[in-house]
Amino acid sequence: MLTQMSSETKNVLFAGVGGQGAMLASEILALVAVEAGYDIKQTEVHGAAQRGGAVASHVRYGERVHSPVIRRGEADLLVAFEKLEALRYAHYLRDGAHIVVNDEEVEPAKLDKSRLYPREGVDFLKSKGFKVIVVPATKKAIELGNHRVASTVLLGVASGLLNLKQESWEKVLEKRILPHLLDINRRAFALGLELAK
Amino acid sequence: MKKLLSGNEAIALGAYESGVKVAAAYPGTPSTEILENLAKYPGLWAEWSPNEKVALDVAIGAAYAGQRALATMKMVGLNVAADSLFYVAYTGLVGGLVIVTADDPGMHSSQNEQDNRQYARFAKVPMVEPSDSQECKDFVGYALDISERFDAPVLLRTTTRVAHSQTAVEVEERSGPQGDGEPKSYKRDKAKYVMVPGYARARHPVVEQRLKDLAEFAETFEGNRIEWGSPDLGIISGGIAYQYAREVFKDASFLKLGMSYPLPERKIKEFASKVKRLLVVEDLDPFWEEQVRLMGVEVEGKKYFPMIGEFSPDVVRAGAVKAGLMEEKALAPVELPELPGRPPILCPGCRHRGVFFVLSKLKAVVNGDIGCYALGVNPPLAAVDTTGCMGASFGVVHGVNKAGIVERAVGVLGDSTFFHSGIAPLINIVYNGSNSTTIILDNHTTAMTGHQENPGTGRTLLGEPTDAIDIENLVRAIGVKDVRVVDPYDLKAVEAALKGAFATEGPSVIIATGPCVLKTREKRGVIVVDGERCNGCGLCLRVGCAAVVRASDKLVRIDELQCTGCTLCMQTCARKAMSLVEQGGR
Repeated sequence: MLTQMSSETKNVLFAGVGGQGAMLASEILALVAVEAGYDIKQTEVHGAAQRGGAVASHVRYGERVHSPVIRRGEADLLVAFEKLEALRYAHYLRDGAHIVVNDEEVEPAKLDKSRLYPREGVDFLKSKGFKVIVVPATKKAIELGNHRVASTVLLGVASGLLNLKQESWEKVLEKRILPHLLDINRRAFALGLELAK
Repeated sequence: MKKLLSGNEAIALGAYESGVKVAAAYPGTPSTEILENLAKYPGLWAEWSPNEKVALDVAIGAAYAGQRALATMKMVGLNVAADSLFYVAYTGLVGGLVIVTADDPGMHSSQNEQDNRQYARFAKVPMVEPSDSQECKDFVGYALDISERFDAPVLLRTTTRVAHSQTAVEVEERSGPQGDGEPKSYKRDKAKYVMVPGYARARHPVVEQRLKDLAEFAETFEGNRIEWGSPDLGIISGGIAYQYAREVFKDASFLKLGMSYPLPERKIKEFASKVKRLLVVEDLDPFWEEQVRLMGVEVEGKKYFPMIGEFSPDVVRAGAVKAGLMEEKALAPVELPELPGRPPILCPGCRHRGVFFVLSKLKAVVNGDIGCYALGVNPPLAAVDTTGCMGASFGVVHGVNKAGIVERAVGVLGDSTFFHSGIAPLINIVYNGSNSTTIILDNHTTAMTGHQENPGTGRTLLGEPTDAIDIENLVRAIGVKDVRVVDPYDLKAVEAALKGAFATEGPSVIIATGPCVLKTREKRGVIVVDGERCNGCGLCLRVGCAAVVRASDKLVRIDELQCTGCTLCMQTCARKAMSLVEQGGR
């Protein structure tokens, strides 16, 4: 459970690189929150997202939600699909918030030679007092047989940190995932939940 | 039952439930998903038209025929369709007509940041503006009713954050279309619908009176509502800015404008008289603020809130601090180091890469266009010199060549952009005879907006087969004699075609053809690097592919997950250190 909520509304941020599945994962959380009866807003940016750009999706749920966009310093949880993106959005987090980060590094296209990929991102985030959980999601997904279910592993970890019923997660996975991919996604989710403990 | 819908999905649902019979659009972020979703409902016609002007004319035709109609477009699409907006503002219509303009503050995927509320005042037509998905659905119905009651086209403005956010919408169990949709007898009325000067002059007073009637209607329109809070601060807001303002000014009184134009003057004055301080919170232009001030009401707005960029709760809060309404507080608990950016780039395996690589090598001046290929501007390709609006490339290159430059200039656009607005400027190149080389990057789809069909694909929006326009035949029919069709994966062939075209006197067209790799998901195999032969010269890095990276030992490494085996990097390797290992396609 999340302790120390910044407000009654829960703010969860998903960040990754276009094509990694951050959008679908955030949509699943949003649907679970609807299932649980919350007012919910979710927002993301389309457009060039599939073409290797950084993508972020905001999910906010609670009694009554006005803005779909999370304010800086108010996110309760950041789910990052690779390490650089965890760093990029850290200023959205409140003090002591959780970060679930995939143990992967996706090199950005080299447009700017002066800035190199920061290798010590996780240590930096820990030093700022965030509760960082590094998850080998892509490795586990490949072991399960499909690298794309890394997003579901991460979602499983995140579910362990959120106050939403497990039945709601199962119901939404069944509704939202294509039938032939449901079994592997269920296993990926369970594995993530196990890792959260 | 509550359902989670994006603004665009909700507009589609609202249009279906309100009995829209004909809908037309050209894809454009953030409006594209409206028609994609509307096409799933039964009993109506939805189409991708070649451009926004055609789409609006189609919708106008349906409205003239007595049916409810919808045209949707991104905000710059309304520039293309503006000619049609202005005549239908005069003629009015029979069936209701709603025109969705999806604005993009912050320019997530646009070439400018125009505020299309200005079009409502400019064309003298009403505009409604939802703030969430529930309102998106409801306001389509309101707008169609307003359109029929006042005999006017109605603009419905969204912004990226409304169009693309998912929020809860109340969906009735058995919602379905209203109205019979049966063909009606055509209502002829030449004085109303034939806008020759004599008739048009008689229409202008009708338009002016209609605006007055609409302003009166706005006084009681349920979308314009007052939410009383503290009398110390009154906020006039609408659209997504309203949501941010509600988040930031928790205790204030609100006048929420669901109708952006014309404004309810009496309601605004009443509201203003009951609050001590009045602020307008609106993104982009001071559209409401200026009108409220003209009413003689003391008001503040753009003094504190920016005219540039997308609003957010943080931006609105910063304005509140500037206005002395809130204490400044450090929001971010963490100061971030400078991070490398991650701008969008051409996909691994993208066929446009081959053409831009050669253009860059030949140092050609490239007049580019709107689409994925605008990404050819980024280094290391850095091949695009101009990008303005849809179809500009072929007109601009003709002008460049008529003026004359030392280098070679080429115009470059994609298949969907060619059909949108590239044909007329190609006719101009032939008619007015310039020594212009133009390139059509034909990847058989409208890629940047998410793979929509177009006149060249052989399928309609509804997925039905149709006659595909043959680009090569069309180009030849226009009168271009030097037409070359090349495989953009073959760098030598692309270079030969360009050099051949450059040597030709008069117009020449190169059609670089092959499907979008993001759509086909083809994977021919992966490139492997022979570590013995690779000397780390970095030539292959100049193709600018995310799958080709320099490893820590300075040699080149291929990201196998991203590599599609297109061989473009391999073709640049002087030491023959790369080879293709074929795999079964996906």
